[in-house]
Amino acid sequence: MESATGMRKTPLNAVHRASGAKMVPFGGWDMPVEYSGLISEHMAVRKAAGLFDVSHMGEFEVEGPGALPFLQRVTANDVARLVDGQAQYSALPMPSGAPVDDVIVYRRAADRYLLVVNAGNIEKDFRWLQEQGPQDVTLRNRSDDYALIALQGPRAQEILRPLTTLDLGGLKYYHFADVEVDSHPVTVSRTGYTGEDGFEIFVPPAQVEALWKRLLETGGEKGLVPAGLGARDTLRLEARMCLYGQDMDETTSLIEAGLGWIVSFDEAKGDFPGRAVLAEQKKNGPPRKLVGFEVTGRGIARHGYPVLVHDERVGEVTSGTYAPFLQKNIGLCYVPATRAAVGTELAIDIRERKVPARVVPTPFYKRPDKAAPSHATTVTTT
Amino acid sequence: MDPANLKYTKDHEWVRVEGEHGIVGITDYAQKQLGDVVYVELPDVGRKLKEHETFGTVESVKAVSELFSPVAGEVVEANAALVQSPEAINADPYGKAWMIKVRLADPKAVAALMDAGAYQKYVESEAK
Repeated sequence: MESATGMRKTPLNAVHRASGAKMVPFGGWDMPVEYSGLISEHMAVRKAAGLFDVSHMGEFEVEGPGALPFLQRVTANDVARLVDGQAQYSALPMPSGAPVDDVIVYRRAADRYLLVVNAGNIEKDFRWLQEQGPQDVTLRNRSDDYALIALQGPRAQEILRPLTTLDLGGLKYYHFADVEVDSHPVTVSRTGYTGEDGFEIFVPPAQVEALWKRLLETGGEKGLVPAGLGARDTLRLEARMCLYGQDMDETTSLIEAGLGWIVSFDEAKGDFPGRAVLAEQKKNGPPRKLVGFEVTGRGIARHGYPVLVHDERVGEVTSGTYAPFLQKNIGLCYVPATRAAVGTELAIDIRERKVPARVVPTPFYKRPDKAAPSHATTVTTT
Repeated sequence: MDPANLKYTKDHEWVRVEGEHGIVGITDYAQKQLGDVVYVELPDVGRKLKEHETFGTVESVKAVSELFSPVAGEVVEANAALVQSPEAINADPYGKAWMIKVRLADPKAVAALMDAGAYQKYVESEAK
């Protein structure tokens, strides 16, 4: 949907406005940045649950007998490892080894896939995929036909359970199922961008308002609150999840960004753009690396601030924030590989003041139950 | 409502005159625009400020905003407690979250600033 000002709106736009959310432009979309307050929303997701409207994300359907070979040729990860109902974090690499975008590939059937892409990259990605010469594949941009909401937090399962017959505990991390939630036909996926357990739910646009309201109504007593893009950004950064356009873009290789784990060099996968560059970087190490840092002095590092080592400028902050759960000032930046070791002392130039910072292990935040048996078998990343 | 005993600027600062001093802070509208404040930087005592000069910085999780002095004069006190607990700016912008105390260079100049009614109208026009 598009308004007179050219800003796109999700099917929940009027609901956000009516609830008094603070709205901001994001990637061409008019989106809620916060409702009750960024910090309280962030903490709700860490301690109970938050509900996010992420309908701005793009959805492409990739279908036909050529779907698997095409996806093997255009994505970095090994799509052949997926079974029906399984999803995979991946990227669309360019010959340089840098991503056109980071994506999630959902396998619905051997010849039917769904690609979820970043809102700001929908047109660019679709064009890119068409240029890669799909054969025996139908490629459809279905972004307007899917609303997407994310229910995230330790109490997400408990909140969703009364509304569906799906065995939520049995749905493994990065798996999904087509089910009814409160009688709406949806796809429930155990994925998210917050570092918490939770679900992303694909909903027909005409029904998303009813489901959004129903979830808030039934989840309210369990601590569920609507959460905006502001909290989404601080949550994902605490969990060290990259944001396209900041922590990676068309100038940063996937290996440099620390995303080597989504690049498959399996013989069976075959060639894809950037494979040779990425293989070389994986073997010999990339010239620079994306590292996490903690500001040890006083000040908040922000996107674009220069990063110094011994007064020499070595890079800039790609993402930086006050981290509400950790109560620290954290960020990500690219540094030469020789400066990437944990413990390396850096300085951030914060408005012409050199503030000390240190390279620290990431993720900055790891959810407390992540080592518990129920999850140990399902964590497939790293 | 914004207190009637204060004067206001278009940059959303307030000043309260106490004898030869002015106490300075930011308005309720300003803190709402910022969101959760997590950092504040204030000037050293003794610093001489011109009217409208930058005297510090306030940051919410998402935004950085400069602070502009509504008055000219010398900083005689900065609110050290506020630096430790910047969230007071959201909770009590006209009370605990005062920022600096300035010895006014010209106490009469304050009269030229907006009163609460004029500021209210200004905020309404800006919101449109």
